[in-house]
Parts: sequence; structure tokens; C-alpha cells
Amino acid sequence: MSLSSNQHLRRYLWPCAGLLVLFIINAIISPEFFHIEFKDGRFYGSLIDVLNRAAPVALLAIGMALVIATAGVDLSVGSIMAIAGAVSAYFITKGVDSLALIIGAGLVAGLIAGIINGFLVGYMSIQPIVATLILMVAGRGIAQLINEGQIVTFDHPGFAFLGTGSFLGLPFPVVLVIITFAIVQLLTRRTALGLYIEAVGANPSASRYIGLNEKAIKMSVYCVAAVCAALAGMIAAADIRGSDANNAGLWLELDAILAVVIGGASLMGGRFSILLAIIGALIIQTLTVTIILSGIPPKYNLLIKATAIILVLLLQSPLFQKQLSQLKFWKNKKEMNNA
Amino acid sequence: MKKSMIRLCFTAGLAIGLVFSLNVQALTVGFAQVGSESGWRTSFSESVKAEAEKRGITLKFSDAQQKQENQIKAVRSFIAQRVDAILIAPVVETGWQPVLMEAKRARIPVIILDRNVAVTDPSLYLTRIAPDFEVEGQRAATWLTEKTGGKCKILELQGTVGSSAALGRMKGFNATIAKFPETKIIRSQTAEFTRAKGKEVMETMLKAEGGGKNICAIWAHNDEMALGAIQAVKEAGLQPGKDILIVSVDAVDDALKAIVSGEINVSVELSPHLGGPAFDVINEYRAGKKDFEKWIHMGGAVFTIENAAAELTKRGAK
Repeated sequence: MSLSSNQHLRRYLWPCAGLLVLFIINAIISPEFFHIEFKDGRFYGSLIDVLNRAAPVALLAIGMALVIATAGVDLSVGSIMAIAGAVSAYFITKGVDSLALIIGAGLVAGLIAGIINGFLVGYMSIQPIVATLILMVAGRGIAQLINEGQIVTFDHPGFAFLGTGSFLGLPFPVVLVIITFAIVQLLTRRTALGLYIEAVGANPSASRYIGLNEKAIKMSVYCVAAVCAALAGMIAAADIRGSDANNAGLWLELDAILAVVIGGASLMGGRFSILLAIIGALIIQTLTVTIILSGIPPKYNLLIKATAIILVLLLQSPLFQKQLSQLKFWKNKKEMNNA
Repeated sequence: MKKSMIRLCFTAGLAIGLVFSLNVQALTVGFAQVGSESGWRTSFSESVKAEAEKRGITLKFSDAQQKQENQIKAVRSFIAQRVDAILIAPVVETGWQPVLMEAKRARIPVIILDRNVAVTDPSLYLTRIAPDFEVEGQRAATWLTEKTGGKCKILELQGTVGSSAALGRMKGFNATIAKFPETKIIRSQTAEFTRAKGKEVMETMLKAEGGGKNICAIWAHNDEMALGAIQAVKEAGLQPGKDILIVSVDAVDDALKAIVSGEINVSVELSPHLGGPAFDVINEYRAGKKDFEKWIHMGGAVFTIENAAAELTKRGAK
């Protein structure tokens, strides 16, 4: 028992260490990084910005963690963001004032997309990467069709609150992430659902033989991922008070997958940690802020990002850790011999 | 293969039908457009269609959905239909030589709009009508240096790294401010031409510069990024347009509205109205002029609070 809890802790060690190192680098580059003040009823500072800007990717990562745990992947979440944003913007520009209706429409759009993905993967047994690729490509087209390819700007204070409002001093997107995290964590860890998801990922046929409804579980994780994406899409639209179907959520599916992987999940499925996926999203966002703060010319952005991520992933690799410790061991031995 | 043949026969048949039904005097022009990739592209297409209608020109419009092979197919069908002239707004620069040679053999004049084509023989097209990104950067910088008397700390939001619009605007702007030693870009980062990134990057830049109190201006390579940046400035407790000047390019409708409300100070127009000059060139060519400049520079009108409202009502009227 003590060993397994030790291992459990070790899983948290490296991603947290990575985040900490990035924080320290930021503090060195810009001493104001940790400066937080209370202004106009909300906290204000770079650290809060990191949390706020990481929110959409964190939401995507929550859903993606579940999907990846079933040995799947959902490439369509970026496009679903665009669809949800476009649907909400469409309703607002058509004069709908009820906030519940606007948000509801966005979430329903997401749910429909999730059902399509879940149906293709769970019931049609199409490989997840192919099944979700369909909606990744087509979804952006659908989003563009909704508002005839235009960037729609709207003015709806209630809806804008989703992206720019604050609750208890925290930006509202951060609050939404915390709520979503709490719900999903309760559902997966306080019920057997989490175990079922991991079982389906680890061995789908075995889980079918012990009586798990593998198809329904797959369907449900794609639905959760799509609804999370829809929420993220509405946050992104509310933040800029406009829906930009061409660019909203573009390539964010890759960031979400990366966040889950940085959080130590295996793409082969079978295990997940929602909290680690969120930490992964924070690492990605902190890295973005580091690059902006550092003032390095933009053409090096992707290079720096790639290098940092390779380092984080290497540190997590058991093989690399073993080689590192062997190196240390060898050095110690040499010192001992010298003595 | 078979399908495309059928489609070709169908379009050809349709074209023959059209030729017979048309007045012999009316000019027929084929237009191979990129697709609808952005708001600017849409107004470009609309403007060409409107201009053609105004002049009584029959316009055959082809939407290539951002694929060059569709454009080449469209140009070939225009040649088969024996149109009087072809307008091409290329997706990419390369790969145009063969189809342009076919057009030349069929003696149909070709005019390139917006992006360039890379061909070894410049006689393959009459002229290229396109905006000049460098001039846009220069005009933005000139306005800023005149307004501030050459003393200004600037935050720059670059477009997508390596795009010709970002490179050209940066070059023009930097060359102009180089004459003013006290005008400096102190931070520069890409925001990929989008509103969301513009807001995000500006938030971080402002915090890195101590809340932005010492910043005199923000220079954005397009309006979308500027519109994102003004939200970040507002959330930092400053007034965009007053505490920090906002300089931008494109002059899209949303930006003109922001100029009217005083939040953006200036936007240099990237003119989408390339249709009019193109049809002028065709008319001159038919009247016997054979020698055209290879690049007709377009756009660059500067919009500030003085003329933005008038332009908006003019656009609304269309």
C-alpha cells in the first residue's frame, strides 16, 4: 500500500516540478510576475492571467483526459469550440436575450457533436483518430456557415460575463474550470465510472466480457469532451465579444492532448488524472507567458515551446530517469574509489 | 475522372448556351477567387461582383475553396468558354506558368489580383493589381510620428510569422520610425492576426511594462489584433485611444466603428476594391493599350476620427 501511494505521489512530482521551474524562470525575467493586487473587485496580475488564459485548454484537457483514458483521442474539440461560439453568437445577433437559452444552445450544439463522435467510435468501431478527424475538418466549415463566414461582434453583458466576469475575485473562466473539475472528479472518483473508463481503455474486450457496456462508456466520454469544448468555445467567444469561426480554438485540440500527456497519461489508455491534465494546461500557458515576457523574437516561439516540452516529457520517462540515476550512481562510485 | 468529364461537358454546354443567349456587345470576364477565407476576402469578392454589375459586365465567378487545383480548373474552363478576360486572385505564387501559357495562346488577357504569381515570362499576364504592405506600414508610422512628435514607446503586435503582410508592414513601419531616434518598439510579439491572441498577448505585455503607464502607442499589423488589444488596455484600467494610441491596418467595419468611438486612433485601409481598376485595365486593353505597369499599387487611405464616420455610412449604403 505504501508503495502504491508513493508511486501515486511520484506521478504528481514531475509535472508540478516543471510548472515550478517555469514559475521561477518567469519571476527572474520579470519580477512583477508574482505581483497580485486587488483592483475593481477582482485580483489582477500575471499569475491570474495564466489561470484565466489556461481555462479553455484546461476545460478541453478535462474532457480529453477521459477520452484518452479509453485509448481514444478527440481531434474535433477545437472545431466544436468554434461551433459553440458561432451558435451562441448567432442567437445573440438574432436578438435572443435569455442567457439560459444562449448558453443552452451552445451546449446542445456541443452535445450533438459529441454524440456523433461517440456514435462513430463506440457503435461503428471507427478508429477514434479518423472518426474525430471528420468533425475536426467539417466542424470548422459548419461553424463558418452558421455566420456566413463573417466574424460576428456582439454586445451582451450577461454572455460576456462568461469570459470577462469575475466571481469571488477570480476570473469567471477559472471558476468554471473549478466547477467542471469538481463535477467530473466526483463522477469518476466517487462512483465506479472512473474505474469503468480505465477498464475500457486498458482492455476493451475483457471489460465487455465482465459485463461493462463499453459502447455506452465511449459514447459518454466523447459527449463529456464535446460539452467541455462547447463551454470553452463560449468562453473564448465571450472573451472577445465576438465569434471568429476561422480561428476560435484553432489547433487547441493539440494543446489539449499535450496537456494530458504532460500530465503523465498514456495515449494507450487505461489511466487518467484530471488534476494532472489541468496542471499540464497550466504548464503550456505559463510557457506562452514566459515567451512573451522574455522578449525573444516571435520566430523562435515554437522552437522554445518544443524544447521545453521535450524536457518535461523526458523528465517523466522512467527510462530517462533510470539512466540519469545510473549516471549519478556511477559518479558516486568513482568518488568512492578515489577516496 | 468520369465525373469531372461530365462536369466539364456540363459547364461547356452551359457556356455555349450562354454565349448564344448573350448580347454580343457585353463583356464576359472570368474571376478565379481564392474562396472565403476572411472578412476581407468576402468584401473583395462582393466588391468585384458589384462593380461588374454596375458596368454591365457578365462575371463568371469561381470559388476555389482555397485550393489551387480548383483555380486552375476554373481558368481552363474560362478559356474553353472564350471569355474576354480572366481575373485571378491566386492562392499561392507558384505553379501558374502552364495555365497562363494556355490563356496566352488563346489570346485572353489575364490580370492578377492581390497575391503575386511567380512566372519566368512577365508577358503571361497584363498586370497585377494589389495592395502594397510596405506603404501601409509607412503610412501608419508617419501618422504616429506626426502625432507624437517623434517621441514614443511602442508595443508591436505582429501578424503571423513569415506572412507577406506581416513582413511588409513591419519593414515599412520600421524604416519610417528609424528616422526618429526617440520612437522605439520596446516589445514585439506575434498575435497571429486574431482578436483572441491580440488580447492575450497585450495583457501580458502591459503587465510586463508595469501596467502600461509609460507606453505611448500600440501598433497592430491588422484590425482584429487591435480590437483584441483595446479590450486588454481597458481591462488594465487605461483608456485606449487616449492613454495609449492605437495604430492599425485594414480599416474593416468593426475598426471604423472603434475609430468613431475613439478607441482606435488610426487604421490604414487595405482596399478590397480591386474590381474597378481591373475592369479599367481590361477596357484600356481592348481600346488598344498593350503596355501596362506590372504592379498597380492599391489602397492606403488613412482613416481617423475625421473621416471614419463618413466612410462607414458610405459602406452601409452599398
